[in-house]
Amino acid sequence: MRHHLILRVVTKLLVGYIILFAFYVQFHGDYSPGGGFQAGVIMAVAFVLYGVVFGLRKVQKVFPAWLVHKLVALGLLIYAGTGVASLFLGYNYLDYGAFNPHHPSHGQHWGILVIELGVGVTVTGVMVAVYYAFAGRPPRLSDEEW
Amino acid sequence: MLVLTALAIVRNDRLFAVVMLSGVFSLLSALLFVTLDAVDVAFTEAAVGAGISTILLLGTMALTSRTAKPSTRSSAIPLTVVFVTGAVLIYGTLDMPNFGDPNAPVHTHVGPDYLERSVEEIDVPNVVTAILASYRGFDTLGEVAVVFTAGIGVLLLISGLRRRGEDEPDDESAET
Repeated sequence: MRHHLILRVVTKLLVGYIILFAFYVQFHGDYSPGGGFQAGVIMAVAFVLYGVVFGLRKVQKVFPAWLVHKLVALGLLIYAGTGVASLFLGYNYLDYGAFNPHHPSHGQHWGILVIELGVGVTVTGVMVAVYYAFAGRPPRLSDEEW
Repeated sequence: MLVLTALAIVRNDRLFAVVMLSGVFSLLSALLFVTLDAVDVAFTEAAVGAGISTILLLGTMALTSRTAKPSTRSSAIPLTVVFVTGAVLIYGTLDMPNFGDPNAPVHTHVGPDYLERSVEEIDVPNVVTAILASYRGFDTLGEVAVVFTAGIGVLLLISGLRRRGEDEPDDESAET
């Protein structure tokens, strides 16, 4: 896509805002529609868009494949680790009241924030990893055939 | 419009158009979810259905072929199956309560409980998030595990074994 100047400029402008929007959806999920799943997908869309327009090699320089593969597992570990942490604080598994015993609803806020982060990290990782896997294989069609 | 798009997808042979139309289909159903006040679902549908899966299908197409193989078998049996399933589903909807009916089972079981208690127990304005992340925390953990497993599966299938022409890359990511 070297010759598509408009696409490249618009992509450069948009990618930052898409990532910002993903963070907004992620951390504002308690107050407005959205949450980890949606934020993860939006975040992945930013990288996929960049990869589609600028090529796989450039996007992998920003967000290398090994890091993506680690993120896939890290998110699930964050989620499960939250549950284990509440176990160690003497509460039930995934009982977020544990994080602020004097004010359980604050603890709930913290818990939801952390596990949504875990969900978001895993979803981003999986989506980007699947995209890398598809785009990393040598295509059989040339550009002209589209 | 949903029906029209679906018909266009079925009738079309060129896969590029089919992929684009399925993106349109997802966007339209996202709009449908918005009118039903399910904004969280609409969000997911728009991002996954219209965004990521379109890209992934395009990627799959770049790896395989661009037009559908002409079908040699008769389409009578699949058509009957589709019609019978559709008829059964429509028959099922006849028993369903009207949309917005306050006496529907959805509104009399645990729903009101969640709505009443979430304000004092969790104190999060978005009740969907409260239910998803707190009351149904185990479910969501399972969902994340499913996404994780699907991702690992795709990675193993596509980037691990590089046997070309033998394994069809299948699209597992559309299930979230």
